[in-house]
Amino acid sequence: MAVDESRADPVEDKSWISVTINGSKQDYLVEQRLSLADFIRNQVGLKGTHLGCEHGSCGACTVIIDDRAVRSCLMFAVQSDGSSIETVEGLAIDGVLSPLQESFQANHALQCGFCTSGFLMSLVARLREGPIDTESEAREALSGNICRCTGYSGMVAAILEQSNSIQGIKENS
Amino acid sequence: MKSAPFKYYVPSEIDEALELLYQLGDEAKILAGGQSLVPMLNYRLLSPANLLDINRVSELKRYSLTDEGLKIGAGVRQREIELSPEIELAFPVLHQALTNVAHVQIRNRGTICGSLAHADSAAELPSVMVALGAQMVIRSGVGDRAVKAEEFFKFHLTSDLEPAEILTEVHVPKLPAKTVGAFEEVTRRKGDFALVGAALLGQWDANGQIQNCRIVCSGVAPVPLRLRFAEDIVNGTDLSDQVLVNVQQSVMDSLDPTEDIHTSSHYRKIVTGVVVRRGLSRLVDQRGAANGSR
Repeated sequence: MAVDESRADPVEDKSWISVTINGSKQDYLVEQRLSLADFIRNQVGLKGTHLGCEHGSCGACTVIIDDRAVRSCLMFAVQSDGSSIETVEGLAIDGVLSPLQESFQANHALQCGFCTSGFLMSLVARLREGPIDTESEAREALSGNICRCTGYSGMVAAILEQSNSIQGIKENS
Repeated sequence: MKSAPFKYYVPSEIDEALELLYQLGDEAKILAGGQSLVPMLNYRLLSPANLLDINRVSELKRYSLTDEGLKIGAGVRQREIELSPEIELAFPVLHQALTNVAHVQIRNRGTICGSLAHADSAAELPSVMVALGAQMVIRSGVGDRAVKAEEFFKFHLTSDLEPAEILTEVHVPKLPAKTVGAFEEVTRRKGDFALVGAALLGQWDANGQIQNCRIVCSGVAPVPLRLRFAEDIVNGTDLSDQVLVNVQQSVMDSLDPTEDIHTSSHYRKIVTGVVVRRGLSRLVDQRGAANGSR
């Protein structure tokens, strides 16, 4: 009754999960108390997802699950069974930064970079819902993540540049 | 900052969940959105022997909006309700409150019923549900019962739920015609729990007077606090500037709010007066609209 019998492991405190991470699907045996964040970092080996507070306040660990930005420190890996996970490593393709990452770089939107992956994943999810046209919308989109060294002005500029260029592409096509 | 070990159960049927909970009793915690529970597990403020994850119970993942009102199952995410245009139209105060709940990343996982069962006295949803006259649908292995929101919240982080019970659904009755509403809060930072929040509802009558006003505050007491004395002041008035000044003063004179690390009782009392006045002003703003086509 505890876990799906077909997937139960001899070791009682572990479960098999099947997840798609940045487009590639794989099965993993995970300890049930393992957070999704620790799973991504230590078991999958993708260290771009960072852990700041580990209780849901800072947003550094934000990843996208089934198109929604979530805190990966507030989920257990076992709960992600069957889902599609996107991390910061999925943004650049063959070493070429995504347009949002380019805008971050061009607008000095980071210094130490610790919080950056969380910001990027929050913003990628938000920009899929629609463009961000104003500074207040940009600040709202940033509000679920905390940066303690750079401040937010560069990020606001990067977002607005990015949103304008998306709209520019749409208008020209 | 890692959870202590626990035994993990993932029922797919509600009866299975209830049976498990009956067996495990207070040795188990229910995991829904996890946005309040998992931080407590990470801090080891809680270390339950068993976690009962209800995220795979499809029966709980539904909500419905009918002529009778809104029903929200225990698996429904806050973000789903926030994004429904029909629900925003039918219950604008609920929508406004939801946009104040933490951040979108939290609302993407957090559930409506989970926030209610957690019963944080500073949270938005409990006070809104009290204002809306919602009913909690509670199930256990031995039977079902319904509890009014006003009686559900017992103390900070304590609800009427027994260890073997699950809050499976919340019912929000349809609002009377011409109901207006507002949700206001003051927070130190965006997304924080409110220092003080207020959910307000009322109806403008044909004479331009507010009737059946409900004012419910979060953050000022161990449970959502209905300010009946303030409702008595405003009911039957036109909510003129003088009335608003009187209510604000009365709130400040009458309350003895909680003091905590975030602020003093004195400051919280002042903020409560301001929040209530702002909420009532929002009802004034809607006077014309309420007497129009709606």
